[in-house]
Amino acid sequence: MKIKTILTAVATATAALTIAGAASAGILDDVKKKGFLQCGVNTGLTGFSAPNDKGKWEGFDVDFCRSMSAAIFGSPDKVKYTPLTSKERFTALQSGEIDVLARNTTWTFTRDVNLGLEFIGSNYTDGQGFMVRKDLGVKSAKELDGASVCIQTGTTTELNLADFFRSNSMKFTSVVFEKADEIRAAYDAGRCDVYTTDRSGLAAQRSLLKKPDDHLVLPEVVSKEPLGPVVRHGQSEWGDVARWTLFALIVSEELGVTSANADQMKSSKNPEVLRLLGVEGKMGEQLGVRQDWAYQIVKTVGNYGEIYERHVGVNTPLKLERGLNQQWSKGGLLYAPPFR
Amino acid sequence: MADLSYVRTESHPDMPPPSSEVGILAWLRQNLFSGWLNSLLTLAAIYLLYKILPPFFGWAFWNADWNGTTYKDCTSGGACWAMIRVRFDQFMYGFYPEAERWRVNLWVVLLFGSAIPLLIENSPGKKYFAIFLFILFPPIAYLLLYGGMGLRVVDTAQWGGLFLTLVLATVSIVVSLPLGIVFALGRRSNMPIVRMICIAFIELWRGVPLITVLFMGSVMLPLFLPPGTNFDKILRTLIVMSFFSAAYMAEVVRGGLQAIPKGQFEAAQAMGLSYWKMMALIILPQALKIVIPGIVNTFIGLFKDTTLVLVIGLFDFLTIVQAATTHKNWLGTSTEGYVFVAAVFWVFCFSMSRYSITLERRLDTGHRN
Repeated sequence: MKIKTILTAVATATAALTIAGAASAGILDDVKKKGFLQCGVNTGLTGFSAPNDKGKWEGFDVDFCRSMSAAIFGSPDKVKYTPLTSKERFTALQSGEIDVLARNTTWTFTRDVNLGLEFIGSNYTDGQGFMVRKDLGVKSAKELDGASVCIQTGTTTELNLADFFRSNSMKFTSVVFEKADEIRAAYDAGRCDVYTTDRSGLAAQRSLLKKPDDHLVLPEVVSKEPLGPVVRHGQSEWGDVARWTLFALIVSEELGVTSANADQMKSSKNPEVLRLLGVEGKMGEQLGVRQDWAYQIVKTVGNYGEIYERHVGVNTPLKLERGLNQQWSKGGLLYAPPFR
Repeated sequence: MADLSYVRTESHPDMPPPSSEVGILAWLRQNLFSGWLNSLLTLAAIYLLYKILPPFFGWAFWNADWNGTTYKDCTSGGACWAMIRVRFDQFMYGFYPEAERWRVNLWVVLLFGSAIPLLIENSPGKKYFAIFLFILFPPIAYLLLYGGMGLRVVDTAQWGGLFLTLVLATVSIVVSLPLGIVFALGRRSNMPIVRMICIAFIELWRGVPLITVLFMGSVMLPLFLPPGTNFDKILRTLIVMSFFSAAYMAEVVRGGLQAIPKGQFEAAQAMGLSYWKMMALIILPQALKIVIPGIVNTFIGLFKDTTLVLVIGLFDFLTIVQAATTHKNWLGTSTEGYVFVAAVFWVFCFSMSRYSITLERRLDTGHRN
């Protein structure tokens, strides 16, 4: 315990030093100079980041990197991807190996404050849920006393699960696995009553079970998992580019700008659309990127809704409803400040 | 009176052995049913095979799907080999640009083309192949794979698949053997400083698990370097793996050195040979011969250890197959992926072990008891 504390202190101190050194040059200028964006992604997470048959990276998180590239360079393909494991991701960002981290990273206090990182927002809100067999007759997670639960080792899932059961004074037996595939096989074979992980993960795994319709995702969400892109601390300019790229994705959906109608929308009557697409105002210049940055994002990558439906939406194997990841006007959490 | 005594001058032609002693029946009796316990074990084994093999073959071949573009095309309930088919090139080359893949092919041809003659007994021109492989080949390989001198530079971030596994394995093997021999000699040296350094090196690297060293190299090291220095991840891994296996190799070789009788050293010294001549001409040839199984064992272990790079996000053969099964088009095909990886690894490791047996037989000079 003590050693761990010391090691953490050393690592943090080193990180702080490194950051102080790196803060001298602006990342935005560096990125423009080298001509590409170095983006940290997951080594393989269904729907969020995975290489396709041609070896190109695809997914919800990957599209955030592509959007940033479109905003800066006018082309979504000027990105180099660094696949990162969950343990390496923060070091890679702190040491300057990557410019932005889009790797389904949960925004928490410690990470934001202690690690020298800056979360620029949340592009996907997830939460831990429970899946059970329908024939158990369970309708709520509060009825799970004494259940055996399949979980993945070394994740926050484990901690949330313990918290939830303790606060409801219930008991559980955990059956621990290393890989999602193993958990699915074990759950399908009946080795545990409950499968718990993030609800997006549950949906993906459920579609792969032998009889998906025999299983039910319980309504309780026991944790908040706002996933979002991360940049290095102390790089406000660069942070703005990342943050407003995210907002542009959200706002363009809200305003009804899609990759199909982006050109027509340039002659829209709505002044906010005109400002967004760079027809009026000087937003791109102020941000330090192309004048038509948001137009490029929407035109080449799409708006938030398009990206969502392409990678994780109901027509993909993950079959995820929009849920909380819906515009605020439709009862979701997506809320971007005005483009003004 | 006629002499009726009979002296047989030729031997009776051999009778065929009784049918219970030859052919399949005898073999079965001798090997499978030689006693009640063995008969029982044989029957149990047959029953197990009967239970395991048909379902496996059914899954792997008869009910398998070979064509398709997503997991949805795999409908017959067996293995979805379509995934391997579609992704085969990616599994071999990683993200290496398609137009440049001939360079990897050429590298493999040169590597095996020059290594195999060295491994075969009595092949002509061994010396030239050795010079090529150990002196000319490394820079050529670097140019071919990385680029330069007119060839497009392929960033190491794009390296992957079986190709990366081979790079990691061959480089660490080629570096670790000579390095290991040097450290083994150093550890037995009479010079205290050299000996201390060698012991420290060996014990340090042997004392830590490979996975932690890889982590150190990939997670801690970047924090200590000045910002902006991008110390290539694959280079870091190569250094770590070479040092790590060199430490093991040193101990294997030391075992061989200690097995050589003292008389050999003394005889060599009595002949007036210098230390290096004694080692090169008398001691090492004998010592290395003894430890061939140990050396090959280390190589096989090293080859399989390359898969540990998955913890630092390098896309070696295993990792790239795993990544493929997380793509939304290929969900649920991880069993196929693992079976494929296991089969390929088995082929490589089994060939290495067969070769080591051949080598032991060839070099056998009757010292084996």
